[in-house]
Amino acid sequence: MEKKKKWPEDWQDLNPGCMVFNPGSAREYHTGSWRAERPIFDESRCIQCGVCYIFCPEGCISQKSNGCFEADLDYCKGCGICAHECWPKAIKMIEEG
Amino acid sequence: MSKRIGMEIALAAAEAVALCRPDVIAAYPITPNTHIPEHLSDIVAEGRLDADFICVESEHSAMSACCGASGTGARAFTATSSQGLAYMSEVVPIVSSMRLPVVMIVGNRALSGPINIWNDQSDIMYQRDCGWISLFADNGQEVIDMAIQAFKIAEHRDVMLPVNLNLDGFQLTHVVEPMEMPDQKEVDAFLPTYKPFAALHPDNIVSMGTLALPEIFNETAKVKDEVLKDSRKVILEVWKEWEERFGRKYEPIISHKARGADILLLTLGSMGETAEVAVEEMRKEGVSVGLLKLKLWRPFPFEELRKELKGCKALVVLDRAVSYGGPGGPVFSEVRSAMYDQAERPLIINEIIGLGGRDVPVSDFRKIIEKAAQALKTKPKEEYEIFGVRGS
Amino acid sequence: MSIVENFDLYAPRLVDKEEYFSAGHRACQGCGEALAIRLMCKALGKDTIIVNATGCMEVVSTMYPTTAWNLPWIHVAFPNAAAVAAGVEAGLKVLRRKGRIADRDVKTVAIGGDGGTFDIGIQALSGTMERGHNVLYVCLDNEAYMNTGIQRSSATPFGASTTTNPAGVASLGKGQWKKNLTEIMVAHNVPYVATACHSYPIDFMNKVKKARKVDGPSFIHCLSVCPTGWRVPSAHAIKMGRLAVEAGVFPLYEVEDGKYRMTYRPEEIKPVEDYIKSQGRFRHLTPEQIAPIQERVILEYNKLLDKVDNLHSWEELLQD
Repeated sequence: MEKKKKWPEDWQDLNPGCMVFNPGSAREYHTGSWRAERPIFDESRCIQCGVCYIFCPEGCISQKSNGCFEADLDYCKGCGICAHECWPKAIKMIEEG
Repeated sequence: MSKRIGMEIALAAAEAVALCRPDVIAAYPITPNTHIPEHLSDIVAEGRLDADFICVESEHSAMSACCGASGTGARAFTATSSQGLAYMSEVVPIVSSMRLPVVMIVGNRALSGPINIWNDQSDIMYQRDCGWISLFADNGQEVIDMAIQAFKIAEHRDVMLPVNLNLDGFQLTHVVEPMEMPDQKEVDAFLPTYKPFAALHPDNIVSMGTLALPEIFNETAKVKDEVLKDSRKVILEVWKEWEERFGRKYEPIISHKARGADILLLTLGSMGETAEVAVEEMRKEGVSVGLLKLKLWRPFPFEELRKELKGCKALVVLDRAVSYGGPGGPVFSEVRSAMYDQAERPLIINEIIGLGGRDVPVSDFRKIIEKAAQALKTKPKEEYEIFGVRGS
Repeated sequence: MSIVENFDLYAPRLVDKEEYFSAGHRACQGCGEALAIRLMCKALGKDTIIVNATGCMEVVSTMYPTTAWNLPWIHVAFPNAAAVAAGVEAGLKVLRRKGRIADRDVKTVAIGGDGGTFDIGIQALSGTMERGHNVLYVCLDNEAYMNTGIQRSSATPFGASTTTNPAGVASLGKGQWKKNLTEIMVAHNVPYVATACHSYPIDFMNKVKKARKVDGPSFIHCLSVCPTGWRVPSAHAIKMGRLAVEAGVFPLYEVEDGKYRMTYRPEEIKPVEDYIKSQGRFRHLTPEQIAPIQERVILEYNKLLDKVDNLHSWEELLQD
């Protein structure tokens, strides 16, 4: 599969003033590659309070259909805030293998 | 119908800008251009102009506020001189790279130090590489005309670049001249409402002023350069339209009896009018001399310059700024560089005159023309000369 | 672990689910400032224009050709976020008046770090606030010039070690107390001024919502933990903010038309040593150096309480 070219091939393809018309396009860059640790969510302990969702600087934690939460590993940088703030200790950080 | 008026040129500049219906004016006072923002604020207070006049707390904020306003799609204007221009110079190149069509009038004044409030061109020459379109006016009529043209040129979809219009501080700003002031209907017909390429608004989300990594910066520089060079087409078109509507002709370089003259003077700004008197006098005395008045400084008019200099034997470039320790006057060094590759080129001499508002009467221009004639026989020893320095 | 304020109101349902500051931004792990922006935007909603000063947030969020922003956004230079915001606000006002844009409220919000607000940006901030533009200025204070590598700013706390004010044999780090910009804003007669911290997210978002409603200038000073610069583990970013508030180092209050009100009053103030000892930027401080810091923290806190208890709102004063 051809990888999407990051930079325009031609200087004439640049947007005037380097304006970006694609809101949220930063998502193309997967910051998950930075991780040294990743969060593991223990649903048996989760009380569905949403604290992890609130405190994630990446905004990559979302609520699943069963009410518990999960981190989008494409973006999770492994900072450990969710594990540290989780009340019932339902999140554990384990080393990225 | 245009009206014949007699008015201080700075006030006339403000009136002309008001006719262009700017939406936001952000300006800080600085001698000698203070009358321009002052009069604009009068016009707003009198209810003659529906605009927001922001009394910013510095020139840096003036240019910044213009960026913000222009970013939302409003027509933005500011005016400054010398130290003010230097203070806002952090933002000046950003405006052009962000393609925001801000118009600025600069009342040319000497850059400190020592502090001096009178006229020379060192303030705008300090901003040479900023990527703006740069125009020079020689008299009040040109100030009015070019102020209105500036908005049209800046906002043209093929340009989208800021424009600065230069007029000599005190020599023009504080001088009363008879001029033709167009009326609102004529200007509205010439200059439509600004339709921005992109505007800050939640209905159409855009990020302006992003970061460019080395992988892309060279391309952005190329764009900046090409866009500025290409703007020439639009400038000439706008000038043609102006001539059709108002009967006054503008060209990148205006020639005054330059064809066939052995000696030519090249001036920017109001000194051209004094030079013209000297040229006329000496022509009557049989000297083969003519005058070139540069109106378009950026993008540099290579084509017109090379055409005008065909057959010229000696060209005196009159600068009102010095590049200390460098190749003399900025206009001189650019003209010389432009002519370097030409098969035929005149002897190019630099006389730096009128720094810090020093008066340059007709007699000085006569001396300069005589020196040029002499230089054709014996080439001058120095690269350039600061004219009229006592003791030199 | 301390209780998160207003837990009973706390449900993910009450917070706007929209991510206006998308993932994929290049902030450090555990960046408090990125979190603060994410929360702030949720409180602001989509009818907002962001004006960003140069700094960490601008650099990590908008690398051409991508942007993390789902809101209209402009960045010009370092010292002028407030001035550009003044221009944006004026432009919107005039365009709306002339019928060239939609007739609805769009709020201009300027954001800057402590560098771009306390120091290089203070002139523009003062001008914009003084002129009464309808602009909300949110200062994301991570207490140093973090983007250029942790240099001292006037917002750096006393005794912190930064790269231009490092601790050593001849110096204890920053020798001046943190500049009180909140007071400077109150002195500008800004109708709504508040301090906030991302560790108290609901408090912060409520303040942003309140400030957004003001038809005039408003200012929020948000303490944003920088694990990189404060030398704390990234997982402790939220905890550090809480400790700052609970030790009385960064009290949470708001000033509405001159009336001071604590929005969170800890039952007891923790010793400042708890706060200091957990951060690497203070690790050089000895107990003898910490003692005067503790005294000063208590003094500043008492000064604030004195204002809370004794000062009247402007409206009340008018009636006297």
